[in-house]
Amino acid sequence: MRAFGPRVARGLLVAVPLGFLAIFFLWPVGAILGRGLRTGGSLDLRSLAEVWRDPSLRHVLWFTVVQAVLSTIATLAVALPATAVLSRFQFRGRGLVIALLTMPFVLPTVVVGTAFRSLGLSGSLTAIITAHVFFNVAIAVRVVGEAWRALDPAEEDAAQSLGAGPILTFTAVTLPALRPAIVAASSIVFLFCFTSFGVILILGGPRFATIETEIYRQTAQLLDLHTAAALSIVQLVAVVAALLVAGAMTSRVRTSTRLPVRRPPPTSRRSQLLLALGLLPATVLVTVPLGDLVIRSLANGAAGYSHLTSTPIGAPGSPLQAIATSIKVACVATVIAVALGLALAHALTRPGRRVGIARVAELLVLLPLGVSAVTVGFGFLIVFDTPPLDLRTSWWIIPIAHALVALPFVVRTTVPVLRAIDPRQRETAAMLGAGPAQVWRTVDLPIVAHAAKVAAGFAAAISLGEFGATLFIVRPETTTVPVAIYRFLSRPGVTNVDQAMALATILMVLTGVVAVVAERGSRIEARS
Amino acid sequence: MSRRTLVVLLTAAAALALGACGSSNSSGGSATKTVTLVTHDSFAISKPVMRAFTRQTGWKVRILKNGDAGVALNQVILTKNAPLGDVMFGVDNTFLTRALSENVFARYRAAGIEAIPRALRLDPTNHATPIDFGDVCVNADRKYFSEHHLEIPKTLDDLTQSQYRDLLVVENPATSSPGLAFVAATVARFGTAWPQYWDRLRANGVKAVDGWEQAYNGEFSGAGGGKGDRPLVVSYASSPPAEVYFADPPPTTAPTVSLDDTCFRQVEFAGVLRGAAHPDGARALVDFMLTRRFQSDMPLQMFVNPAVPGTPLPAVFTKFATIPADPFTLSPARIGHDRAGWIDEWTARVLR
Amino acid sequence: MTLTVTNATVRYGTTVAVDAANLTLEGAEIVAVLGPSGSGKTSLLRAIAGLEPLTSGTVTWGGEDLTRVAPHQRNFGLMFQDHALFSHHDVLDNVAFGLRMRGVERGERQRRAQDMLELVGLVGFDHRRVDHLSGGERQRVALARALAPSPRLLMLDEPLASVDRERRDQLARELHRILRANGTPTLLVTHDLDEAFGFADTIVILDRGRIVQTGPTRAVWRRPHTLAIARFLGVSSDIACPRASGLVTTPWGSVTTDAPGTGTTIVGFRPTDLRVNAGGAVTGRVVATWFRRDHFVVDVETAVGRLTAHSSNPEPVGSAVALAADLEAAVLVEPAPTGA
Repeated sequence: MRAFGPRVARGLLVAVPLGFLAIFFLWPVGAILGRGLRTGGSLDLRSLAEVWRDPSLRHVLWFTVVQAVLSTIATLAVALPATAVLSRFQFRGRGLVIALLTMPFVLPTVVVGTAFRSLGLSGSLTAIITAHVFFNVAIAVRVVGEAWRALDPAEEDAAQSLGAGPILTFTAVTLPALRPAIVAASSIVFLFCFTSFGVILILGGPRFATIETEIYRQTAQLLDLHTAAALSIVQLVAVVAALLVAGAMTSRVRTSTRLPVRRPPPTSRRSQLLLALGLLPATVLVTVPLGDLVIRSLANGAAGYSHLTSTPIGAPGSPLQAIATSIKVACVATVIAVALGLALAHALTRPGRRVGIARVAELLVLLPLGVSAVTVGFGFLIVFDTPPLDLRTSWWIIPIAHALVALPFVVRTTVPVLRAIDPRQRETAAMLGAGPAQVWRTVDLPIVAHAAKVAAGFAAAISLGEFGATLFIVRPETTTVPVAIYRFLSRPGVTNVDQAMALATILMVLTGVVAVVAERGSRIEARS
Repeated sequence: MSRRTLVVLLTAAAALALGACGSSNSSGGSATKTVTLVTHDSFAISKPVMRAFTRQTGWKVRILKNGDAGVALNQVILTKNAPLGDVMFGVDNTFLTRALSENVFARYRAAGIEAIPRALRLDPTNHATPIDFGDVCVNADRKYFSEHHLEIPKTLDDLTQSQYRDLLVVENPATSSPGLAFVAATVARFGTAWPQYWDRLRANGVKAVDGWEQAYNGEFSGAGGGKGDRPLVVSYASSPPAEVYFADPPPTTAPTVSLDDTCFRQVEFAGVLRGAAHPDGARALVDFMLTRRFQSDMPLQMFVNPAVPGTPLPAVFTKFATIPADPFTLSPARIGHDRAGWIDEWTARVLR
Repeated sequence: MTLTVTNATVRYGTTVAVDAANLTLEGAEIVAVLGPSGSGKTSLLRAIAGLEPLTSGTVTWGGEDLTRVAPHQRNFGLMFQDHALFSHHDVLDNVAFGLRMRGVERGERQRRAQDMLELVGLVGFDHRRVDHLSGGERQRVALARALAPSPRLLMLDEPLASVDRERRDQLARELHRILRANGTPTLLVTHDLDEAFGFADTIVILDRGRIVQTGPTRAVWRRPHTLAIARFLGVSSDIACPRASGLVTTPWGSVTTDAPGTGTTIVGFRPTDLRVNAGGAVTGRVVATWFRRDHFVVDVETAVGRLTAHSSNPEPVGSAVALAADLEAAVLVEPAPTGA
């Protein structure tokens, strides 16, 4: 036992999460792609060539890349000034601003679409890009913000003492130190915009199509699995390429495990002005649609809130039940994602000689972000069709699908932190008599707890707002809040719209609470 | 103690497996006598009605909703070797031939089918049973037209007149079921000249969006909760009564009106899935859908018209809805054959 | 109880870090493994701790084979060069950590931890944050932490390397006192002569992964096996002298040797042991001179080679000087007896 115990445990820590990915992601996606790439039992790659040759599909490809690049640039342009002041100043309401900026990330596109349209933004590239900035500003603020707060102000002071002005200090010291975080954030934002679905469909309108919407159309509407498979492969290749580029640019980075440095409050007139200017674009962009939503939910004497407990016509339960379902699903999805994500992060960061395997696993875990929900959903249908694995109609399939989407975030947030732990800390603990599990509990856990809580908050938020997969996946009567909102909006009549707006506002607040709690909870220092 | 993490993980895995087994048992176990209904997201029926079915037949009903009508059918086709359930509800006449040619339904002649008008019985082979119908029609915002002293248009041709310029919003037939139905209406009306009609509509400023929700809540000025500015929208004949029913307090006249001469009829079918685990329960459920109990519950649940004539209708329907006497129709075979071509043609004419 | 390392080899890919090392440590002795950086001493230490797998060879304790035993089950203490204190714990929790891992109940482990803090002279530091401590304080916390669970062997990796130069002497003495008072068998690895010869009973010299000499501190200091070891141990001047019947004849007189037979023995001197002195037996010309705090160091070209010596005066380059030697301190390079 002495010799193989830890090895078996460590093997399980890799095998369980990878097995999860293999069963709930690779297998179904592989099956559906396999069906699309085969004609009469033999591999047929002609559809791939056809995609290349078809000018309209080539245009879709081109547009997908262009809008994703523009959206990423715009997101950074709006997010970085906000991140700068949020990281440099400590001020009352800072947590609230962060929570506010996080909220859009989880709102269902169907709701945001309504808000944007009522502001006159729809049917244009501008609308698409604005919405992408709205949704993704949180990612940039969080990923870059974490790195920025961990920066040692002594380095900037040193640069200034060497005669560098504020601008030179920024470009020569701050920016290079932040580059990995910026690249990481950009790659995630790019990925999201590249595979964006709801925004393109709802705000872009029928004139705009991306690979993702085209896969949806080919799979769900036309059941043309050949073209869909070809497009999925193109999308996967693009996504993997983007991830590899990002990975190569961030591989040499080490995150600091130092606690974030305390920053001063903005006392001078000048720093207050800076603070206001930095926060202005991001907060305006986020507040206006959100505010519009809240105001609309209060229309007609806040009628939307007065029917929360009554079961509306045509619905299996009341909005309150939908809220309960959403919370339950979010809890289960978060537990799965955090448990598997931490296990994987742990396995990936243990010193070992198999760097190659770790790289592949890290990449693998990100892939669910690059595959269309409809592909995964339809894949579930064709693989989980035989007992004992007839999961197609199980309640669990929804939190599992959500966990699949949240897993990359958990791994991405915790791996750099675990990697930054000095291995000698673990070795010291071992020398003092701590077994592998105790080492993890006493050394890794207290340090990774902060990141894990942030990741859990993100996972919960993702689950709360997830809409695409929830709608495509076969499910028994479990209506989550986004689905309930969608149902209300798909019927005529003012009370339906009122209730949709009320639910959207509730979802927004719920998400905000999760974000604030994740941020607050992590401030409490781990004690033994 | 030292393996606590591991234990937690294993417990989670075990719970997952148990959950999976538990639910698959309940779907496979005949002791509970549960029949599974596969349908689309718009399906709705009130609980007392479903309880009545269980009381009468001993079968409980489990409902699986899977996206919109097209997605739901495609999922059924994809899983026909190991069906998701026993009954499918919600294939309409625009998708009927796909369902029939993919052979997803078992043949079943439902009790009470004789009572349904011939016009709705589009599958003479008795695989798909008509349950309800509805009409996709252009809706108009009454207030807009009275304020602008404009006459509300009546026909498809009226929509191309210059006084109605920039007033109409339609849905993309590639992604929306009413969008496709409206294109079918124009095909039924203009025959091979339908593309030229769309050219004229485009010249007259028609706007196309992807889904009904965007069109109705986003662009249409007559929607109760909407903020749009176009007073004409492709929606349903049942939308005006819905506007009344879902307003608080309900108005005495409907704020919108459906244009009877622009309608295309959609018929929704149910069928017993081939390879169903519980064919008895499936047949009982299809039969039940044609009973008065079920038929009279549908209008307010799904805003459709019952297929069985003489079913009592709720007051909002009798007061505020009209059933067009002579809607446009096309045979399911024609729709199935030409659908893809129409969509391509429409996309090229209207969007590019 | 005896630690026995037999034929220990550690390989990273094609690099051999430790090459068939043999080592024993008995009773309460303090053994210092001394070698320049890159000589493999840290790898050897990690292999004994179980943190590095042995490619071949064994580690035993009192006859019990530990080669495949996990580090946390060896009951060895290890203090890293940079101390690796747990910054999320306060001082007391750091010290009590090992006791906690062994399931010692709270009151008992706090008492023991406080005893340890007293031993290292940090009474009252219980709830200080470790990142607010000075280098010396950190070192003492690390030592207290390593000693608290009463390990059967204590290992120290360059214990003074991260301590300020000025405080080093005092800390070295302190450390020595604690180690002696505690009586735990100790294995120390270092590249620092003061550290090794200041503490150890036995010195093990490691060079490029191989153990080149093992012996009591004084013997290794006076009788290195090779000139290279002598140089590493601070010998800066060497003179080949004739040897016959147990006597080596240097320009300043004879010293006794254990080396048998007749031949040549290399006699070495550290700079402190040669002095510029008017009556010195060896004369030569100054080729370089440096000021060193309270004295001067001069390089002198003589008939027996270039010698380095201390001087009280700044002898100008080119001047003629005579050198006297402290024969008591002469270092004799004596090859290891064959077969030993």
